[in-house]
Amino acid sequence: MLEVKGLSKSFGGFRAVSDVNLAVAEGEIAAVIGPNGAGKSTLFNLITGHLQPTAGRVVVDGRDITGVAPFKICGMGMGRSFQRTNIFPKLTVLENVQAAFLIHRGQGPNFWSRSERLYRTESEALLASIGLAAQAWTTAGTLSYGNQKQLELGIALASDPKILLLDEPTAGMSATETHESIALIARIARERGLTLLFTEHDMAVVFSIAQKIAVLHQGRIIAHGDPATVRADAEVRRVYLGDH
Amino acid sequence: MKTNDLAGRIPWTLVVFLAALAVPWLGSRYDVFLATQIAISGLFAVSLNLLLGTTGLVSFGHVAYFGIGAYVCGILMKTYAMPFSIALPAAALGAAFASLVFGFFCVRLTRIYFAMLSLAFSQIIWAIAYKWNDVTGGDQGLPDVPYPDLDWMNSIPLLGDLRIAGQFYVVSLVVVGLSLAAMRRIINSPFGRILTTIRENAERASAIGVDVRRYELAAFVVAGGFAGIAGALFGIFSRGVFSDYVFWPKSAEVMIMTILGGIDHFWGPVVGAATLVLLNQEITSYTEYWSFVLGTILLVLLFAFPGGIVGGLSAGFAWLRRKRGRAISPDARRLEATGAETTSVEVKRA
Amino acid sequence: MTDLSFLFTQFLGGLTTAMFLFLIASGLSLVFGVMRVLNFAHGSFYMLGAYLAWQAVQWLTPLLESFWLAALFAALVVAVLGGLVERLLLRHMYGKEELYQLLLTYALVLILGDAAKAIWGTQQLSVSRPPILDGAIEMFGTVLPLYNLFIMLAGVAIAVIGWLILARSSAGRLVRAAALDREMLGALGANVGALYTGMFMASSFLAGLSGALVTPIQSIVPGMDVEVIVEAFIVVVIGGLGSFWGTFWGSLIYGQVLSFGILIMPSFSLFSVFALMAVILIVRPWGLFGKPMR
Repeated sequence: MLEVKGLSKSFGGFRAVSDVNLAVAEGEIAAVIGPNGAGKSTLFNLITGHLQPTAGRVVVDGRDITGVAPFKICGMGMGRSFQRTNIFPKLTVLENVQAAFLIHRGQGPNFWSRSERLYRTESEALLASIGLAAQAWTTAGTLSYGNQKQLELGIALASDPKILLLDEPTAGMSATETHESIALIARIARERGLTLLFTEHDMAVVFSIAQKIAVLHQGRIIAHGDPATVRADAEVRRVYLGDH
Repeated sequence: MKTNDLAGRIPWTLVVFLAALAVPWLGSRYDVFLATQIAISGLFAVSLNLLLGTTGLVSFGHVAYFGIGAYVCGILMKTYAMPFSIALPAAALGAAFASLVFGFFCVRLTRIYFAMLSLAFSQIIWAIAYKWNDVTGGDQGLPDVPYPDLDWMNSIPLLGDLRIAGQFYVVSLVVVGLSLAAMRRIINSPFGRILTTIRENAERASAIGVDVRRYELAAFVVAGGFAGIAGALFGIFSRGVFSDYVFWPKSAEVMIMTILGGIDHFWGPVVGAATLVLLNQEITSYTEYWSFVLGTILLVLLFAFPGGIVGGLSAGFAWLRRKRGRAISPDARRLEATGAETTSVEVKRA
Repeated sequence: MTDLSFLFTQFLGGLTTAMFLFLIASGLSLVFGVMRVLNFAHGSFYMLGAYLAWQAVQWLTPLLESFWLAALFAALVVAVLGGLVERLLLRHMYGKEELYQLLLTYALVLILGDAAKAIWGTQQLSVSRPPILDGAIEMFGTVLPLYNLFIMLAGVAIAVIGWLILARSSAGRLVRAAALDREMLGALGANVGALYTGMFMASSFLAGLSGALVTPIQSIVPGMDVEVIVEAFIVVVIGGLGSFWGTFWGSLIYGQVLSFGILIMPSFSLFSVFALMAVILIVRPWGLFGKPMR
């Protein structure tokens, strides 16, 4: 489903990501972990086209998407969330999701219809599935932090992605919020048969839902495999224990 | 949408339009003069707000497209004796085309650089208008732009009673009314909604598949076209087109109108235009220091009412409604949300 | 040979314009570099400098004839005014959208423009040259008024002094740090508030000084504020917003383009400078000598 081959990125002389290979199969839940500054966000931005790689390729569903502009990648079935919360703060929750439907269903060049009537049912259904139905008319910017993260997931889902990239989906959340949010993500991924790739700093979260884990350290993958393998890996233990 | 308020049921837009239409019959010659100016400035300010309020683009050169509309219409009608029915669409198309060319470069830049480049382009238009004597009349301008041929109105009851200035006002009001209706429709359309997502968060917009530059350019062209219509009407109304119309402080002036009314509401800029035109008349009869007053108004606005008149009013109404313990309709809540600027700004920072 | 001396005259004319604009634009550029505020009121400060210098000359005349004292007085008053503006008004706009900052400084343009009209009227005023610089010298067949020569030297002097302060002093280090990375500055424990006020006062001082220095060769009229600010914008854009040396070179380029533009296409010199500004913004938004920002 998603294949990353020999992906590298240098800023000046600094190699933020170097020769990363990853493969995520359809319907799989995979995580990229690593200490701060390991290059996780850079890797994500390379995959989604926000950054241009120095070398390497990104292939989705057999199509080479290396260096394609971010707005086009979305149309190819890849949705993403950001580490910083990224919503449309002055619009209502419903309008946030509706906007994503509008653009995904090709209504952007429509100058004439009334936007608030379009995809109303779809938007409401989506909000219900992510547990925000009651807040549909709330201004998005006034939602609690956890709810904003939920909404961000909703916006990504509106473009009906086959593969979803989540950058630190639980960053800044309380323990309860983290727990609920992970349960939600796991349920949605299951229901929709999504392929999921996420980065995460909370190890408990990672080992609870990921089927496959890759460990990034100083821009390189130092271990990958199922949770048990990664947990037992000597190199990983050294990096993590040495770090703390 | 539905409130049980009587006030909610009255089609306010229509009422205001009809009231405005009655001005030539009920008001003085001077009232017609003011009303024409308000209608045209209102259209100009709303067209700017499509960039400023809807898309979040700070254009400091919007007057260029107003000016191009004025010159195209004025030159066609005066120099080439073309009818208004051709000159007006030509003015809109000319301004839209210029917006397409200039906008193509502008949308590649962000924020302060966008503002600077739009300013540079408008100054280029000004330099051309100021120096190209053969076509634009240079610093002498293009005086005596004729009124459109409105003789056909003379045979119509009521309309026939009006002087030419009154008849032209009716024409202007209809053109402005149709333009505003079209723009309102565009802002409420899916296209308009996509523009608001760009204003709110361009990065997120591109992540859901919005080609940000392309949409910004489209907004720029639409806004430029309507500014061109306003300019064309203004050239005829003021009986001439002069290079002063495109000098950069005019861009600032229309921006002040827009902000004064409130950029978060469709009708804000119209309210701002009306306020500024009327205030100008009042104040200039007492003192020659209009700029001083305008600057002071602007300062008060920036510090006390950043949401403008309409923003302030709707926040006030929402507060009253809350006080009366009424259930708040989604619409009102949305209005309130636009008033509550601080919250959203904080969120953006977080 | 006559041709050559004619070209030289044009060149010197361009150089005088350039150094003038550098005096004005350097302050504008510094403020943008450090505070990211595009100050429309900079032209108004320049205008106030001119009027105040005229006023001071009137006051001083019975006692002593000192243009220099008048110029210094004007620049200092404008600096104080700038400090007040920063402390009382501009400070509240930091961190808000650029639109509000632009409009705030534009409000000052409106207010100060009319205030000047109210105080000094709409008639043209002028100040005579300081006697010591009343003559002219001849260079390669070109007559150069001493005062113009003085302006050129003053421009170079300000450039060197400014550069020394920026490169050597601790305040200069802070300014450069701020231009590169604003967030770092607060983190380093610098008193950002005081730095901004100081910056803005220095910038206003330069604006006031250049306004005062222009009085002997240009008459003081209402409207000189909005005219000069656009010219200063062009210069700053050419060199690179926020770059000190960029502004210096930008002024030189602007002066020559204007001077020789008139020669080649008389009616298009105005057009050519704005076109130059547009082209640079399109090709290198950070200017010929600036560095790209985030």
